[in-house]
Amino acid sequence: MTEQQALQDYLLRLADSDMILSQRLCELCGKAPAVEEELALMNVALDLVGQARNWYEYAAELIDDGRDADKLCFLRDAHNYRNLLMVEQPNGDYAVTMARQFFFDVWHYFTMKSLENAKDERIANIAAKAVKEATYHLRRSSEWVKRMGDGTEESHRRIQDAFDLLWRFTGELVTPDDIDHAMFKAGIGPDPEQLKQDWFGMVREVAAQATLTTGAEDAWMYMGGKRGVHTEHLGLILAEMQFLPRAYPDATTW
Amino acid sequence: MTEREPSSVDVLIASDRVPANAHPELLTEDAIWELLDKVLDPEVPAVSVVELGIVRSISWDGKHLSVDVTPTYSGCPATELIEELIAEALRAAGIRDPHINRVLTPAWTTDWITDEGREKLRVFGIAPPQGSASKMSLLGADEVVACPLCGSEHTERISEFGSTACKALYRCRDCLEPFDYFKCI
Repeated sequence: MTEQQALQDYLLRLADSDMILSQRLCELCGKAPAVEEELALMNVALDLVGQARNWYEYAAELIDDGRDADKLCFLRDAHNYRNLLMVEQPNGDYAVTMARQFFFDVWHYFTMKSLENAKDERIANIAAKAVKEATYHLRRSSEWVKRMGDGTEESHRRIQDAFDLLWRFTGELVTPDDIDHAMFKAGIGPDPEQLKQDWFGMVREVAAQATLTTGAEDAWMYMGGKRGVHTEHLGLILAEMQFLPRAYPDATTW
Repeated sequence: MTEREPSSVDVLIASDRVPANAHPELLTEDAIWELLDKVLDPEVPAVSVVELGIVRSISWDGKHLSVDVTPTYSGCPATELIEELIAEALRAAGIRDPHINRVLTPAWTTDWITDEGREKLRVFGIAPPQGSASKMSLLGADEVVACPLCGSEHTERISEFGSTACKALYRCRDCLEPFDYFKCI
């Protein structure tokens, strides 16, 4: 794999993870537990879709096969999607929604913070914008984890269950593969060791404040999203997300 | 044949045309900044795009104009509309094919909102951003936000996000009114 191919794949990973999490959050539009939460979830989703577009646009320029950002997003099938397995997991109860958000936000925050200094100027610019949003998202989701964990018996049980349920997808966030290594070597991606340390450091710190326990770092982990091997959920997400542009490929006004 | 009434479509097309009597070559850079200062943010129509700090720079040689515009948030849905409103205002002043560049760096910060802009936000009922974005901490305490209606600092946050991505939702504990806070980024 050339460095150029690795970069294209890496950009699609960033774009797809933002996009799929955004789509998941949008499922809560009209049925969030409270109107303030709905506003917040939709705004987080909006930030993510904006960032996804920035990554897709850059990826489309590099891939340069006539597909634009929309085509990359709406006309690729599940096995070509490169998102983290974490973000395609169902919303569950609100504890699951916020635990998933928190695990992702910690990864997203440290990744954007590192990409802000990428040698690739375009990536650095997109990340410098995204890191402000990611900071805000992390601030919010970590507060929710603490409020639920250190809240009532019921809320504690639920967020602990959510941590236990989603722990098996956390390994993928911090386990580098050849593309992650190539990006680090190229002066673009984060140092995989550092990312792992930062991620566990913050997750354990917040979990301790929330009186929650986290799983083992060497627990068995589901992986594969970054190379297109997904859980059963992604196909259903794409079916809904891609229906309209596939059914009306030439539509220019929605 | 009777002359038909001009429809809204004609008006729309006319607004895209450069007026015949315009002399854009006489416009100074300052005059262009003044023009841009009349373009209001479509989601917060109390402040102009200049006051919000999203017009970063202009380059004008009497014939070609290029304007650098930066989005507030990556996913701000008003980005395209704002660019279109700016282009429209410039065409109406006789400038042909103004070039609007979308720039991401340096990333927009609320520190760029002018003092006038902040005061206009407050009068409009939106609490302006407090303090400096560079000093914001990741997991730190909330800043004190004064109620834009009664001035009380006895307020509480209801949600990290408000009616748009750039705002948070607060409530005043004294006058009991909910209000938007233009959050600091």
